[in-house]
Amino acid sequence: MTVQKSRLEAGATRATRKRHTFNGGIHPDGHKDVSNAAPIVTLPLLSRYVVPLRQHIGTATRVLVQAGDTVLRGQMIGAAEGYVSTAVHAPTSGRVVAVEPHEVPHPSGLADLCVVIESDGLDQAVEFQPLDWRNLDPSALRNRIRDLGLAGLGGAVFPSFIKLNPEGGGIDTLILNGAECEPWITCDDRLMRERAAEILQGVAVMRHMLGAREVLIGIEDDKPEAIAAMRTAAGADTGVEVVAVPTLYPSGGGKQLTYLLTGRETPTGGRSTDVGVQVFNIGTAHALYRAVALGEPMLSRVVTVTGHVATPGNYEARLGTPVADLLQAAGGALPGSTGKLVGGPMMGFELEDNAAPLTKAVNCIIVKHPDLFPARPAALPCIRCGACARACPADLQPFEMYWFARAKDFGKAQSYDLFDCIECGCCSFVCPSHIPLVDYFRFAKSEIWERERHKHDADQARTRHEFKEFRLEREKLEKAEKLAAKVAENKARDAAAAATAAANPDAAADPEAERKKAILQAALDRAKKAKEAVTPQNTESLPPAVEKQIAEIEARRAQADTAVEKEAGQ
Amino acid sequence: MLSAILVMAGIGLVLGAVLGWASIKYRVEDDPLVEKIDAVLPQTQCGQCGFPGCKPYAEAIAKGEADINKCPPGGEEGVKHLAELLGVEPKPLGEGLEPKPKAVAVIDDNNCIGCTLCIQACPVDAIVGAAKQLHVIVADQCTGCELCLPPCPVDCIHMEVVKEDVATWKWRYPIHAIRRVE
Ligand code: SF4
Ligand code: SF4
Ligand code: SF4
Ligand code: SF4
Repeated sequence: MTVQKSRLEAGATRATRKRHTFNGGIHPDGHKDVSNAAPIVTLPLLSRYVVPLRQHIGTATRVLVQAGDTVLRGQMIGAAEGYVSTAVHAPTSGRVVAVEPHEVPHPSGLADLCVVIESDGLDQAVEFQPLDWRNLDPSALRNRIRDLGLAGLGGAVFPSFIKLNPEGGGIDTLILNGAECEPWITCDDRLMRERAAEILQGVAVMRHMLGAREVLIGIEDDKPEAIAAMRTAAGADTGVEVVAVPTLYPSGGGKQLTYLLTGRETPTGGRSTDVGVQVFNIGTAHALYRAVALGEPMLSRVVTVTGHVATPGNYEARLGTPVADLLQAAGGALPGSTGKLVGGPMMGFELEDNAAPLTKAVNCIIVKHPDLFPARPAALPCIRCGACARACPADLQPFEMYWFARAKDFGKAQSYDLFDCIECGCCSFVCPSHIPLVDYFRFAKSEIWERERHKHDADQARTRHEFKEFRLEREKLEKAEKLAAKVAENKARDAAAAATAAANPDAAADPEAERKKAILQAALDRAKKAKEAVTPQNTESLPPAVEKQIAEIEARRAQADTAVEKEAGQ
Repeated sequence: MLSAILVMAGIGLVLGAVLGWASIKYRVEDDPLVEKIDAVLPQTQCGQCGFPGCKPYAEAIAKGEADINKCPPGGEEGVKHLAELLGVEPKPLGEGLEPKPKAVAVIDDNNCIGCTLCIQACPVDAIVGAAKQLHVIVADQCTGCELCLPPCPVDCIHMEVVKEDVATWKWRYPIHAIRRVE
C-alpha cells in the first residue's frame, strides 16, 4: 500500500488544492495517443438507424411508434416508463420500418426491442425549444430533461433528471468527471479540448439545479491540453476549479474521484450524495448544454473508435448508428483483427455483432489484435499473496470474495462488501495467478440480484395468496352472518304466531288455526335446520341464495361441458 | 322481548364463530418456525408438495410430518435453504419431483368463454375478468403454479416459459482455463 501511495505522490503534478489519494489503483498502458490527436469527426447521415428503446439504467421506454409511421429528427419514439427511465428519440427523419428485437451492445449478446428507422434523407427536425432554465420551476425543468432523454454518458447511463434533484439541498459540491482513466478511451479528452465553453454552460445549469456552492472538474494529468482548455473556459469564475489529478486507474470512479477532490469518503453501500457530492461526466454536461440552450434531445454522442483500425479517432455519431458504420468511418478494421470491445479493456465487454447500434452507454469501440490484447494466460490457484487487495481502490479483499463467489456462497461474499466492488478490474490486472476475479464478482452480484427479485416476487405472491384466503373466509363469514340474522327473524315471527295460537286455544278446531299450526310447524323445522347451518363449516344445508349461486355455476359448467362435447363431436 | 333475546342469541352465535375462526387463524400464525420456513418457500402455491399451498407445507415441516425435499419450484437450492434453517443435512429432491423453468400462464383470448373457473382456481388472484368476459392473466403476478389449467373447460390456458432478456440476464459462472501446478 505504501509503495502504491508513494508512487502516486511522485507522479502527482502541481495541484491547487490539498491532495487526497485513494489506496490501490494501477498503471495500465494508456494507448491514448492512438486516438486523441485528430479532431472529432461527425459522421454523415446514414440511410438506416437502429434505436434501442432501452439505452439507460432502469425501465425500458414505452414505444410510441409502429412500423409504417413517419418520424422527424428529435421526435420522441420511446417515452420514459416508471421513475428510473428517460426518453428515446428519432435520430433523423424518415419511416419506421420495424419495431422488433435487434442486436444491441450488451454483454449478454441478447436482442432487445429496437425501432428501425429508414432515413428519408431530408433530416427534418421537430421544432426544438430552448429551456428557460433559470426561471423554470425545478420539477418542470427536470421533467423536460427526462423527456429530452438525458442519461449519464460516462458509461453508467443513469437518467440525469434524477441526479439533478437536490433532495433537500444537501449537495454542496458538484464534481465533473473528466478523468477518463480507462485506457484507449479519448472521447472526453477531445470534447474538453474542442468544446470546453459548451461543457461549462452545461455545468452552470447543473450547478443551478443542485444549488451546489462549488464546482470541481477533475481531469487526469495525462491530458494537459484538456486541462488548459477547461481552465481557459472557466476563466475567472471563482466557483469553478479545474483540478489535475494524478494519472492512476481508476481515478474516474465516482467514489475515487470524490475522495481525490474533496477527501470525503463515501460510506459502504452509499453514494457520493451521502457526503454532499454529485458527480457528472463531462459528456453529460455537454449534452445538457445542448438540451437547455438548443432544446435538442440526446440524439448523438462522441465515441472513440480505436485499436486495430485504419484511422482511429473520435466520431460524433447519432444514437442508433450501427457499429459497422462506425468502423467504416474509422477506415474499417485492419486485417488480423480478432473481435471488438465495447468500452475500455478494463471494464468493457466483447461485442459479438457489428449490427448492434451505438447507444448512450457506448463510449468506445476497440478493435482487437493479438499483439494489442494477448490472450490471458491460464489461471493458477490463488496463492493468497494479497496483491489484489493492495490494488483494490475500494479497500476490499478480492481473494476472499473470490473464494466465496467461486463456491457460490453468496452470503459470505456479500459479507465482504461485494457490492462496494466497482468492477474496475485492478485485482484481475495484478493477480500473479491470472485469475479473472471480476468475472466472479459480476457473476455473484447478478446471482444475488436474481435472488432478491425472486424473494420480492415470493413475498408478493404470499401477500396475494393470504389476501385471497382472507377474502374467501370473509365471504363465508358474511354469508353465515346474513343467515343467522334471517334465522333470528324467522324465529321471532314463529314465536309470535305460537303466542297467538296459545291465546286462542278454542280456535284449535278452526281449519284456519289448523293451517296456521301447520305453517308454524314447517317454520320451526326450517328454523331448526337453519340453526344447524349457522356453523360456518357446514356446507350441507345452504341458504337459498347460495344454493342458487351453486346452481348457476353448475349450469354454466354443464353449458361449458356441452360446448366441449360439441367441439369434440365436430 | 322474546324476539330481542333471539336476536341477541343470533349475534352471539356469529361473534362466537368469528372468535373461533380468529383463534384458529392466529394460533397458526404465532408459530415463528412456520413463518421462517414459509419465508424460504417459493410461494408458487402449486401444491406439488402434496399440501394445499406453501404455508400448509411449512406447517407440516415444522411439525416434522413432511420431508424438506418435496417442493419442486424451490429446487435443490430451496432444499439447501430449508436444511440450513432446520439444521439438517440437505438431500436431493424427492423422487419424481423435477424443477421446471419459470413459466407464466397465458389465456388464448379467442377461446376464453369467461366462465370464471380459472379465477377461482388461481391462488394469488393473478387472473382478472368477470363472468362471461374475456379473462386476462397478469404475467407479473402469475407464479406459474398451473392450477388454472385443469379447471378451464375449453382448455384455452397454456404455460409459456419466461425467456431471459437484457433486464433479467445474469453473468455466467466464469469458465476459464486453469493450469495445473506441477
Ligand atoms: S492477487 Fe491473485 S493470487 Fe494473489 S491473493 Fe489475490 S487472487 Fe490470490
Ligand atoms: S474489481 Fe472490485 S475487488 Fe477488484 S479491485 Fe476493483 S473494486 Fe476491488
Ligand atoms: S411445492 Fe408448490 S405449494 Fe408446495 S411449497 Fe413448493 S411452491 Fe409451495
Ligand atoms: S394464473 Fe394460473 S398459473 Fe398463474 S398463478 Fe394463477 S393459477 Fe397459477
